[in-house]
Amino acid sequence: MPELNTSSLPDLVFAFLFFIMMVTSMREVTLKVQFRAPQATELQKLEKKSLVTFIYVGKPMPELQKQFGSESRVQLNDQFAEISEIQNYIAQEKSSMKEEDQPFMTVSIKADKDTKMGIITDIKQALREAYALKISYSATKRID
Amino acid sequence: MGKRKTPGVNASSSADIAFMLLLFFLMTSSMDTDQGLPRRLPQPVPKDQKTDTEVDIKKRNLLVVLVSSTNQIMCGGELTDIKQLKDKVKEFIDNPYNDAHLPEKTEVDVPYFGKTMVTKNHVISLQNDRGTSYQAYIDVQNELARAYTELRDDISKKKFGKAFVDLDEDQQKAVQQIYPQKISEAEPKNYGGEN
Repeated sequence: MPELNTSSLPDLVFAFLFFIMMVTSMREVTLKVQFRAPQATELQKLEKKSLVTFIYVGKPMPELQKQFGSESRVQLNDQFAEISEIQNYIAQEKSSMKEEDQPFMTVSIKADKDTKMGIITDIKQALREAYALKISYSATKRID
Repeated sequence: MGKRKTPGVNASSSADIAFMLLLFFLMTSSMDTDQGLPRRLPQPVPKDQKTDTEVDIKKRNLLVVLVSSTNQIMCGGELTDIKQLKDKVKEFIDNPYNDAHLPEKTEVDVPYFGKTMVTKNHVISLQNDRGTSYQAYIDVQNELARAYTELRDDISKKKFGKAFVDLDEDQQKAVQQIYPQKISEAEPKNYGGEN
């Protein structure tokens, strides 16, 4: 029985690999807050990933709670941040984009579902001040 | 010419290596696109100007949806269940019987539809307490979005025989003109409760 020629298998796999590398983006941040997305049904996909900035809100991870307390905190990139730092952060992100893309910048608020609205409202106010007016409340699909 | 073997590099393991790389990238990258409820925030209010702009909205055009710190919903002054909220909001946006207490209708020339009566001045003002839970807030946002989606779907099906999402861009714009999404997320107020 003639053996199956597998010499092109690596090439196939590499092609597949490159495809995966193109369509995905590296996970950039390590989460420091506990985050369970709220559920909703009327979801829309965020289109261009490069235009999206993320703000995480939630209680610190259990192992970090000793240091940071158990109140809801804001995480920007890899660090905990104060509300007052959001404006600078947004300005920074904005300036790193191409100029023609800047009006389409979207901020995705990834907040834990048990967060109190107080902190979200503060974030919204900060975003308004920073002229980042397109936002998206991140949520997962609810299965009814 | 006889058979002359060239000792080539043994490539049989390169498939394995490539697989390892593939797996590594599969693990570290996230393919899932983020989903969410898109909203537009209002322009920031200049600091020196503290007047309330919502004063000049006529009372009949305004629906106040308030989520309290105990996650109860007040819609237009009445305590409302989340299940009834959508229908109330739909009735408010559409004003099917031209009720004098519901938003006024103005005639607008919409492409594809011709002259249509549209409640274009309506505003849904969503207010929340600082103690409201995020899930409750998202639930309400979701119901509001659903009210708009259903109204738009209804009219799309009637006119084009397709759901709103399947329409082309111009048609979607026309439908959006008939049912413009106007949700105002009001300035925060502290109504009561801790925090």
